[in-house]
Parts: sequence; structure tokens; C-alpha cells
Amino acid sequence: MDPAVRVRDVWYRFGEGELAKPVLQDVSLDVGAGEIVLLTGPSGSGKTTLLTLIGALRAVQQGSCVVLGKELAEANERDRVLARRRIGFIFQQHNLLGFLTARQNVSMALELDLSLPESTRLARSDAMLDAVGLADKTRSLPARLSGGQRQRVAIARALVHEPGLILADEPTAALDSKTGGEAVRRLRRLAKDRGTAILLVTHDPRILDVADRIVALEDGRVVPAGQDARAAMHKA
Amino acid sequence: MSPLDAATPTGGRTGLAAQPAPRGGGSVRLAFRLAWRQLRHEPARMAAALSGVMFACVLIFMQLGFLNALMESAVTLQLGMRAELYIMPRTTEALWRSSPFPRARLTQALAAAEVERIAPLYVSPATLKNPLDGQKRTLLLLGIDPHAGLLDLPGLTQAKLEAVTRPDTILFDERAKPQFGPIPQMLRDGPVVVELNNRRTEIVGLFAVGPTFGTEGHAITSDVNFRRFVPGRGFGEVDVGAVFLRPGADPEAVRARLATLLPDDVMVLTHAGLVQFERDYWTQTAPIGFVFGLGVVIGLVVGCVIVYQILFSDISRHIGEYATLKAIGYPNAYLAKVVLGEALILAVVGFIPGALMGRALYALASAKIYIPLVMDFSMISFVFGLIFVMCVFSGLLALRKLRDANPADMF
Repeated sequence: MDPAVRVRDVWYRFGEGELAKPVLQDVSLDVGAGEIVLLTGPSGSGKTTLLTLIGALRAVQQGSCVVLGKELAEANERDRVLARRRIGFIFQQHNLLGFLTARQNVSMALELDLSLPESTRLARSDAMLDAVGLADKTRSLPARLSGGQRQRVAIARALVHEPGLILADEPTAALDSKTGGEAVRRLRRLAKDRGTAILLVTHDPRILDVADRIVALEDGRVVPAGQDARAAMHKA
Repeated sequence: MSPLDAATPTGGRTGLAAQPAPRGGGSVRLAFRLAWRQLRHEPARMAAALSGVMFACVLIFMQLGFLNALMESAVTLQLGMRAELYIMPRTTEALWRSSPFPRARLTQALAAAEVERIAPLYVSPATLKNPLDGQKRTLLLLGIDPHAGLLDLPGLTQAKLEAVTRPDTILFDERAKPQFGPIPQMLRDGPVVVELNNRRTEIVGLFAVGPTFGTEGHAITSDVNFRRFVPGRGFGEVDVGAVFLRPGADPEAVRARLATLLPDDVMVLTHAGLVQFERDYWTQTAPIGFVFGLGVVIGLVVGCVIVYQILFSDISRHIGEYATLKAIGYPNAYLAKVVLGEALILAVVGFIPGALMGRALYALASAKIYIPLVMDFSMISFVFGLIFVMCVFSGLLALRKLRDANPADMF
């Protein structure tokens, strides 16, 4: 089976000319189908930039980045928009739409597919909310939910359209350790059930155990596999 | 639940095959629904935006209403004139400020074979003393040959015209402003004697024209009496020369003939031309048309600014949400549809109460200032069109803010 993500020799610079500052240098990374990979490293190590490249949120400058079988290095804005629809995103903040109920928020990930009738969209959203343990909150506005519940709605939104890959950026940052751990373990279980790969950026040492594999970045480079990634992480 | 929610099936887990295929333009519908949900989530902000639209709406309705009323009231008298052609000096700008010209010019018109007869019309402002409080106010006094058949105005009969052949008598405009005194009521109780240009005058009857922007009321008298009320005006000086044609004559052809026949100091107009001449004065020469047009523009600008402000700050405050939508695969065009959807909803929802309020103010204005304002279908569609364009324009301006929603910043 093809890997979900195959990054090869990617360089990325912010700024131009003499002021150009490389944030990614010769990075290569694979995430296998259904594999859960944690990306870790100190602030400024380039892990968020790498995540935005894989998520088709930025144009690739140099190197190859194949996500779910699609080469993003040659992609234009339209290609990137289409590529994003096959990925599930989970952000540091839940980023739910405040004026929509939980089921309407989850349903937003399905409204891109116009062939689905509204009833199907809502049924799938409700089922997904049920799966994250929020069956009784489907009609609540985000303001009426706790932080952990909001992040679970966000997880449901990331999963409901059955993406081949989930990209998560510090999903526990805004949560206390108990709810954060719970949310991530739930995410792991749902992803494993569906065979969805996850690339998860985190600083949080308490959730390292959800990973199949840990990749550490430092100064824009992948720390060689020989070194203990967990040690690199604790150094951060 | 909103009507939009009710319009979408929310039944849930029924068989998928039974569901109808989505309609065309599905993304437009969904974008509109999102726009509506966003607007109604914050009723206070929506109310603020709607009040902006309503304000613009009411202002435009009032300005256009006054403009139309001005146009209509300004020509009531002209519309009641029955001759085919009219001769006026070039120095006349409008009937209420007409300047006299030699009667000889009018007589020259008889040279054309198609001309049957001529009738002079004398026009002058005159002050009428309110019989109750003694206040003097100016009205427009018209002097005609009572047998010429020139004027055909509401309430005016040949019998009343016969009455003003007696010395020092006038017919009074019952729709004149009430500041002239309750003359119609007094007339029911008995003879009414007033002072017109400091001359004892008996009011012997009523007719109905109403105030225009040029005068607060009218009075009609005979040509002989006119000279009594307006000293220094001889028979030889007329203000408007009415020309009656023989049956079957083509007014436009005779007008052209007379125009070449008569010296350049007078102009010859058909009846339609006379009406248009008066209208043109009020829209073009008088600043009034411009002032009302400016009022419409100001209403649009204010509405634009308010709607733009609301949409712009909506986008600014929800920039994270918009960026999230971009991140999960919504194209810019979809978000643009959401913003324009909000603009259109504001246009429609704001227009309805705005139009109703305009209607109420029309009724009030008609009752209080005696200038009938009419809201017809063409005006309603015209104003809606303006409001629509205003909201879309504001929406398009606000769209620029969407560029700040960068999904790469979400991580």
C-alpha cells in the first residue's frame, strides 16, 4: 500500500535573497497508510511549516511532497484546495464556527460534497459525534461546550468525511492533561478503526504513547533515526 | 428555527436512495444558508446593519417621493389647460415667475389659417389676507376670459366662471395651504369677503389645484378683475398666450409654422411641450431636482458605509473561522458567496420594513403638507434595485478583507 505521506528532500525558506531564512532543510519523511506519527521538536524547528506543506496550505518551494498519492510540488492553488478536502485538520484551538451547532460544524466538512443530501450529511455528522461521545450535544453551540468537548467536535469534523490522513497541530495545547490525553486516545482509536494515518505535531510528553513512531525535527532537519527521539523531545 | 432551516430536510437517517438529487447551484444555496446562520446568530449586529439599510431605504423613498410630487404638483395647472398651443416670452422660466409680453404677438398668431382663436392668460402673485388672523400670504392669481374655455380644473364650472365676471370677485383654491384660513368652511355658512392685494374681494366659489413648490395656492378671476387686483398691468401685456386650433389641425405642424412666423422673443409650445417646460424648470433650472437627487446619493452612501462596516467587521471577527473553512478545502469563491449572501439578505430583509416605513411617512407627508406622495410599483422596484446594488457593492468592498484569512496561519 502507498504511504499516506512521502516527503523527499524538501527545503523551505521564509523571506527572499540575503534575508532568506531556511526553516526546512533537506527534510524527508514518510507516514505509512494507517500509521500514527508524532512530529516533535523545539519551537522554531520547522515542524509547523512542514505540517502546512503536507496539508497543502502552503506551496512547496523545493523537493517532493506526495500526499495521498498527489504530488503537491507542482500543485496550483486550485489543486491545493482539492487536496485539502481529502485531509482532516485538527488545530490547536478548536476553530469551530461559533454560530453553528456541533452537528452543523461537523457537517461543514461534508457540505463540500454537493452530491450528498442534507439528511445524509446530518446523519453522518450525528454518527460521528456519537463516536466521539457527544451524542447528546449534537445541537449545542460551541459556547455551551467545555474545552474538551469542543476539541472532540473538532475531531469529529476532521474524521467525518473519511479522510486518508489527519493532520493535527498540538491538539492538546488548550486542554488540561486529562481531557487532552482522552481526546488524543479517542482520536487514535477512531483513526485505527478506519485505517486513517495521523501526523501529529506536539510538545506534550504525556501523549507520546499514542504514536506508532516519533520523528524529531531540530533546526529544520530531521534528527537522524539513530538518536533517541524521545531524548530530543525532552531536550525541548 | 429559521425558515431556511425548515426548508432543508432534517429528518436524519432515512434511506439514502430515496433522497432527491441536490438542486443545481447547491453551493450557492449552502453559502446563503451559512450567511443567514451567521447573521441571525448575532441579532444585535444584524439589527444594526438592517437599520442602516432601512435608513437608506427611507431616505431614498422620501427624496424620490418629494421629487415625483414636485414634478406632478408643478404641472397640475398646465395639465388643466385646454388650448393646443401656447406662446410665452423667452424670459419666462416657469409659470409662477412668468414675465408678460405684448398681446400683439398673440394676435400675430391669428395669421395662421389653422388658428381658430386666441385667449390670453394673466398670471401674477397676489397677497391674500387670512380672514381670521389677518396674516397675509401669497398665492398665484390667474386672470382669464371666463368664456374662453381655457381652464378645465377639478371643481371649476362655467357657472363659477360666470360669477367672477362681477367686479372684485375670485374663485379660491380649496386645496391651498390651510394658512390662508378656513375659507371652504366659511363659504358654506355664507358669503366670504377677504382682502386680495389690499382690495375688498368676495370669494364666490372654489376649485381644486393645490399648492406647488412655487406657490401655496391659487385663485382664478376674470381678465377684467385681474387688472383691478394687479395695478399697472394693462390689457396689452399677457403672460401666456393660448392658441386654439381649428379641428383637424396638426398642433406640431402649426407650432413649427408659428415659431418661424413670430419674432424670436417668444416661444411656441404644444400642450405637451408646456408641461415638459415646467417640469424641466423644476428638475434642471431650479436647484430642487438636484437637491433631491443629492439626497438619494447621500442615502446610498450612508447605507453603503453602514453595511460595509458591518460586513467588514464580521469578516475581521470571524477571520479564524473563514481561515478554517479555507483550510478544510473551501475555495475563496465559496467564502465570497457567503459574504455576498449576507449582503443580499441584509438588502432584502432591510428593504421590507424600510419600504413600509416609507409608506407610512408618505401618508403622513400627504396629510401634513398637502403634497400627495405616491409609492407605485415602478418606484418600489427602482428603490429596491438601488438598495440591492448598494448592498452588493458594500459586500464586494468587504470581500478584500477575506484575503487576510490565511489558512497557513491556522497551525
